[in-house]
Amino acid sequence: NSQFQTKSKKSLSRPGVKNIVLVEGVRTPFLLSGTTYVSSLLHEGLLNKTALPKDAVDYIIYGTVIQEVKTSNIAREAALGAGFSDKTPSHTVTMACISSNQAMTTGVGLIASGQCDTIVAGGVEFMSDVPIRHSRKMRKTMLSLNKAKTLGQRLSLIGGIRMAHLAPELPAVAEFSTAETMGHSADRLAAAFGVTRLEQDEFALRSHTLAKKAQDAGLLEDVISFKVPGRDIVSKDNGIRPSSMEQLAKLKAAFVKPHGTVTAANSSFLTDGASAVLIMSEEKALAMGYKPKAYLRDFVYVSQDPKDQLLLGPAYGTPKVLQRAGLTMADIDVFEFHEAFAGQIMANLKAMDSDWFAQTYMGRTSKVGAPPMEKFNLWGGSLSLGHPFGATGCRLVTTVAHRLRKEGGQYGLVAACAAGGQVSRDHAVCPSTGTVLWGQESGDLSTDTHTVLMGHVYSTPWFSHRKVFLCYRGRIGADKTLLTGRDRPIRQYRFS
Amino acid sequence: ICSHVSIANRLTRTHVNYEVKGDVAVIRMNDPNSKVNTLSVQMQREMSEVMEEVWANTAVGSAVLISSKPGCFIAGADINMIQACTNTEEVTRLSQEGQKMFEKIEKSPKPIVAAINGSCLGGGLEFAISCQYRIATKSKKTVLGTPEVMLGLLPGAGGTQRLPKMVGIPSAFDMMLTGRNIRADKAKKMGLVHQLVDPLGPGLKGPEERTIEYLEEVAIEFARGIVAKKIPLTKEKGTMQKLQDYVMSYPVVRNQIYKTVTGKVMKQSKGLYPAPLKIIDSVKAGLEQGPDAGYLAESQNFGQLAKTTESEALIGLYQGQVICKKNRFGTPARPVKTLAILGAGLMGAGVAQVTVDKGIHTILKDTTVPGLARGEQQVYKGLNTKTKKRTITTFERDSILSGLTGQLDYSGFEKADMVIEAVFEDINIKHKVLKEVEAVISPHCIFASNTSALPIKDIAAASIRPDKVIGMHYFSPVDKMQLLEIITTEQTSADTTAAAVAVGLKQGKVIIVVGDGPGFYTTRCLGPMLGEAVRVLQEGVGPKKLDQLTTSFGFPVGTATLADEVGIDVAAHVAEDLGKAFGSRFGGGNVEVLKTMVDLGFKGRKSGKGCYVYQEGLKTKEVNRELDDIMDKYKLTPHPSVSSDSDVQYRLVSRFVNEAVLCLQEGILNSPVEGDIGAVFGLGFPPCLGGPFRFVDSFGADKLVQKMRAYEAVYGDHFTPCQLLLDHANDPSKKFHK
Repeated sequence: NSQFQTKSKKSLSRPGVKNIVLVEGVRTPFLLSGTTYVSSLLHEGLLNKTALPKDAVDYIIYGTVIQEVKTSNIAREAALGAGFSDKTPSHTVTMACISSNQAMTTGVGLIASGQCDTIVAGGVEFMSDVPIRHSRKMRKTMLSLNKAKTLGQRLSLIGGIRMAHLAPELPAVAEFSTAETMGHSADRLAAAFGVTRLEQDEFALRSHTLAKKAQDAGLLEDVISFKVPGRDIVSKDNGIRPSSMEQLAKLKAAFVKPHGTVTAANSSFLTDGASAVLIMSEEKALAMGYKPKAYLRDFVYVSQDPKDQLLLGPAYGTPKVLQRAGLTMADIDVFEFHEAFAGQIMANLKAMDSDWFAQTYMGRTSKVGAPPMEKFNLWGGSLSLGHPFGATGCRLVTTVAHRLRKEGGQYGLVAACAAGGQVSRDHAVCPSTGTVLWGQESGDLSTDTHTVLMGHVYSTPWFSHRKVFLCYRGRIGADKTLLTGRDRPIRQYRFS
Repeated sequence: ICSHVSIANRLTRTHVNYEVKGDVAVIRMNDPNSKVNTLSVQMQREMSEVMEEVWANTAVGSAVLISSKPGCFIAGADINMIQACTNTEEVTRLSQEGQKMFEKIEKSPKPIVAAINGSCLGGGLEFAISCQYRIATKSKKTVLGTPEVMLGLLPGAGGTQRLPKMVGIPSAFDMMLTGRNIRADKAKKMGLVHQLVDPLGPGLKGPEERTIEYLEEVAIEFARGIVAKKIPLTKEKGTMQKLQDYVMSYPVVRNQIYKTVTGKVMKQSKGLYPAPLKIIDSVKAGLEQGPDAGYLAESQNFGQLAKTTESEALIGLYQGQVICKKNRFGTPARPVKTLAILGAGLMGAGVAQVTVDKGIHTILKDTTVPGLARGEQQVYKGLNTKTKKRTITTFERDSILSGLTGQLDYSGFEKADMVIEAVFEDINIKHKVLKEVEAVISPHCIFASNTSALPIKDIAAASIRPDKVIGMHYFSPVDKMQLLEIITTEQTSADTTAAAVAVGLKQGKVIIVVGDGPGFYTTRCLGPMLGEAVRVLQEGVGPKKLDQLTTSFGFPVGTATLADEVGIDVAAHVAEDLGKAFGSRFGGGNVEVLKTMVDLGFKGRKSGKGCYVYQEGLKTKEVNRELDDIMDKYKLTPHPSVSSDSDVQYRLVSRFVNEAVLCLQEGILNSPVEGDIGAVFGLGFPPCLGGPFRFVDSFGADKLVQKMRAYEAVYGDHFTPCQLLLDHANDPSKKFHK
């Protein structure tokens, strides 16, 4: 009770702005790349869970990072494969590690602008199957072959093929603009903020321990079981491996050798997986009898220097989105930050806690403060659960909604950094950092509301997004019913 | 008592200090009076003290050597220290002291890790390679090298002895004979450093400060690792390296290398530069006769080199270059953020190329689409070459190119802070564009003319604000030639000059600021020499012979080739203009020779024919035989008394030098230093002579006047020495350089 009276704002709803809600979020188990092949089609799970009629969806948006050449609009292929109406339009977005955040915020935009009422947004990534191309010279020869008219022309083209042309081209793991791998960048970032190896290993161990606890306690309820064709049913994330500090200390540096501090154990690993959320306008959700899990309030994308501040998005985005929402760090009950690297998380926390950094690089008068660890990533994070690039955003948002309900908080904040580091060179997409802030309003008091605040920080050197969506508000009565509308209940329904 | 002494020392030390971190002594260098660290007398003294204390301290197991200066480890030995010596013996002793100090470092019982961030050159590199282990930052500022040869010296503190052992004989010769800078990643490949550290971005401290701190942390870790024998001091040699070592173990092979390298040096230096030969000699002594003989040869050769006129000339040029890289006109009121260039020809595009990559928004305007396209392609090509050399990435190239706007009209000129015109050399065209530009630019905008001979005041005559008009004379090819000659008129404001110099410095140029007049300084000096060259050709000396005579005197490019490169039409144009302005002094050869050549289409390299015939894809060039007919027509009979090879050389050079001295006398030049820098960097005056003024000092004004009088007797006033030169001839105590 008293917890909520200390908030800067009781609700983030604004007059004349539509309320947008998260109805449900699901994901496949996240699997270590190459362990078990996961299919992308997880809509069915979402549909089963929500009993949503297939033709009720207005629009489908999916995020992915490394695109399969044959399914360049993977959202559409997945939708058709899952039996959605072929009248439902779909498109695919890409924004490195926050591609599914971009899918969600795009959906929020479509709802806020009155285009749609029901959106499925998600993300998918298969590091087990990335497109590997022929070399540029080989491609050129093959394309010319198509145009060759005579046998002579064809033979002369074929005759021009050399052994070197046959070498395949793998998707580059380096940042397009700086040619630096993300792990390397994370190591430098950790060093710049003086994050020690010990701090990183401790944080990694914390992530795995908390994830294991959450998994064992059955808190990861967004995971749906999945039948892999020709294999067993998978129903659990398989990357969670709580270890000991001694074990972690034995590992050698993975990127900056030999004196680096980022190791395989304190980095997120290559992961296969998919996630999806159902986002609706509140009116529509209520009309269809859904019980929204969270309100999506606000987001912001930011961008910085792709070389030295590649992974600092959360530090830049968090104060911005709080400022937009008129909240302070103390107002936030649940934090979910994407854990790309333990060193990167620690660096962000240190940056947020430094007045000097805030003044010198962020143009602020003082620091925003670091999130308290007792509110931070309590059900594990990308380090332990895994990080399928395109799918992490939806997992973070769904987790915030679930945690707010479990822990009884009002506001939640999601932040993620992204980089083009893992993007294939040819996509030429080179975002650098991002944060998502989502929130939920729910609760058990007639006077308070649980608000989910949604913020999103993201950046590229070339374009920056700033979208404004502040829509929803609601409260939950003492009888566990949710009251929505401004100050009076529009509609009531029971919480499960 | 001991500890008291050391505390007292520590308090009085200003350049070197140390701190013990656990069992590692961190020795920090920082010259409080300079931007860079040099191995000055004081630095060396304090370093010896500190080393003694470190060695005596039983709590210390190893040491880290690091500079507190961002961007500089040690930039080299202190040149003043060498110049202060009065004779070769003194310099030799200096070298021997350095050798001894580094020998002690090399034999240190406690491993020393050199942590290198920024320039590590000359004596600095010799210091670093005598340490047991080297770690360098991968920063762009971190460069290693032995530039002594460029000052006419050799690495005199053990460098010629240690380098061949460390990086192999061929690489060591390459480093020491070219003096080029080696970046950190290359140094690692060569085996010059053991380990690299990435520069850091912003953290809880500034990037540079934190990078140095991080480097120190890593170095300390390595120092402990070495003591614990966890980190090997020697790298496992690769197959190629082993093979090379095996081959090098045969004296026959080594002798062949000495021979080849000597041959190459002789070919390139024409034997005019003693330093490269002494370097080969020192290396050879060490490898063939053992270290004692090697170190002795090194120190003695160093002593001899330091007192040669060549070294004096090269050091003078180095110091002059430092002076000409400063803006003596102060900071301009507004920095130039947008620069517009008129004319996308070779010059215009060249200026655009050196401007746009410095982050200045550049507008390139031409009158025709093909002209503009050619110019933009030139800029692209220049940047693309850099990506091939890996100095920039393709991303940086594209990002830089986004700062270049190519256009055919004057849109956006209102935002320009400076306009540089590089249109055709015709006063009427210059006036036309000046008026067009002044109609569209904002009041603060500066108008600079890139002309090589037209007086700026004549161009400014058409201006409504002559205080904003200035000359900026670039040299072709702009991206390679270091010199920029800035010309001010009496009306040019000081702020305009300051802004022009600031732009030039940003473009990476060495700048001389000269007064206005026909041909300014550089073109004017070249005029009489070209005139003399034409006369020499008329007297029956062929272009090949003329080139040979000038290159063997020290000119990097022969006069006939130079004329072809500049363009015979340009030369004819300039010769005629300057001839009109200065009268008979500029005579000599017949201008009609050049004009006839132009009429026949022999405009030099650009037209495929000039003094030579140029063929696409062919590196060798043949003399243009069609020239013989012209020379027959304008044939002159040589005078035997002034036509020996040496006389021809001095006829060419003395007219150049006399005109340069006259420029100083008339106040066109501000100082002899600028005169020397302009002649060497813009016109290729022999660097080993240090420029016309240093040449007069070292050759002797009296001797030069004597020669000129002899030529004057034959050819008349072309060779009349100017008053200032006569003053110097009459009073031997008068010198241009102190």
